[in-house]
Amino acid sequence: MIEVKNVDKSFDGNQVLKNVSAVFETGKTNMIIGQSGSGKTVLMKSIIGLHRIDKGRIEYDGRNLPDMKMNEIRLLRREVGMLFQGSALFDSLSVLENVMYPLEMFSPTSAEEMKERAIFCLRRVNLEEKAFGLAPSEISGGMQKRVAIARAIALQPKYLFCDEPNSGLDPKTSLIIDQLIHEITHEFEITTIINSHDMNSVMEIGENIIFIEKGVKAWQGNKDDIFHVDNQALNDFVFASELYKQVRKVNQ
Amino acid sequence: MKRVFVLPDRRKMFFRQFPKELEKLGLQSLPIVAIISVFIGFIMTMQTKLNTSNPLLPVYTTGLVTRDTLLLEFSSTILCLILAGKVGSNIASEIGTMRITEQIDALEIMGVNSANYLILPKIVAFVVMMPFLVIFSMGLGLVGGYFVGVLTSILTTGDYLVGIQYAFVPFYVFYSLMKSMIFAFIISSVAAYYGYYSYGGALDVGKASTNAVVNGSILILFFNILITKIMLN
Repeated sequence: MIEVKNVDKSFDGNQVLKNVSAVFETGKTNMIIGQSGSGKTVLMKSIIGLHRIDKGRIEYDGRNLPDMKMNEIRLLRREVGMLFQGSALFDSLSVLENVMYPLEMFSPTSAEEMKERAIFCLRRVNLEEKAFGLAPSEISGGMQKRVAIARAIALQPKYLFCDEPNSGLDPKTSLIIDQLIHEITHEFEITTIINSHDMNSVMEIGENIIFIEKGVKAWQGNKDDIFHVDNQALNDFVFASELYKQVRKVNQ
Repeated sequence: MKRVFVLPDRRKMFFRQFPKELEKLGLQSLPIVAIISVFIGFIMTMQTKLNTSNPLLPVYTTGLVTRDTLLLEFSSTILCLILAGKVGSNIASEIGTMRITEQIDALEIMGVNSANYLILPKIVAFVVMMPFLVIFSMGLGLVGGYFVGVLTSILTTGDYLVGIQYAFVPFYVFYSLMKSMIFAFIISSVAAYYGYYSYGGALDVGKASTNAVVNGSILILFFNILITKIMLN
């Protein structure tokens, strides 16, 4: 479980996060949603430690991140997997080598066991074996996301962060990636935090949703509650598309 | 700097990366070094001969001037200025692209010291390779000068060979190698700095590459004066 308590973060006097508190539960797909510029990416990067917060606590199962020294942060990060918006696969390595990379850096196992683990992860994300030897630039965007998920889970992380996992993907592939993240979260009991503004993802896998508006946590709930909330900013966000306006009409 | 010059997390990974960098930064620079050195050696010999036509000058003058110019300045300073363009832009754009495509963030999230993992093998490989490139350039520059004797009638190969052996100072080679290793450090570290701290998009990576080349070149010229003052005074 990750707990964020009274977090403030500003850049050059511009306060981006204002007293944000939230709980991200283990074994659930926790989602941070909000409009572009609302502060959700800053919140996620602050939780990971890529931004140093001005005030507050970020507790990983009781371990407060801002109190940690650099070497402690680096040890903690070995418990973290991350899926980046652009996949962030290493260009110079093949698909299989990308997944083996964290294992080679930090796993004490033999080369053979590492390879077995990497192949297991790639098979778990349903990647075809013929793609294992290809370079990241030779596979599709959806496949790159799968490889990035495989790399993120290679070291069996306790915490998984996904930054806009569906960005640049078609609706069908987006759904597959969402379901994959959801399955992996439950299968391996991971605390997963997804940063998204894709309402389809929210409705598909949002078990614990945090809505950020202008740097403030404006709402927290789950996908079943989100249609019945009396919050203008959240309603504007959720019902921005014609499809969801129709859904609301049907519900009413 | 502090994060770059620490022992690697996994030495195995460093020694896997190191030969790749030797090949990329060093061996792949051989063709450009060879072409430039031969042509500059050739033209330097020709120009020296054509512009020193006084009959009172000894026959070895052309060879001696060519050799000392190659040893003292061309094969170290000028070569490094050329390599600042090739290698400097290569390092800055590679690391800069990794930065903007979040590959460096991915390394950091994994708990890897990204500065050490990405930059240290490049700096070490380039500093190690540079003396070999300089010696290679010196040799081919002298060969280029020899071709003036073979292909033209302005100079005999005999006079040239006497000239390049006359009053040879071995310290000049040492001075040149020392200088080039310092320049190699400057080129690779300045380029890595601009690449590592680039942000934004493709245009910004381009700017980082340009800054790396320009600032690396200026530093080389500045340090050239400093090192010459210290070592040859």
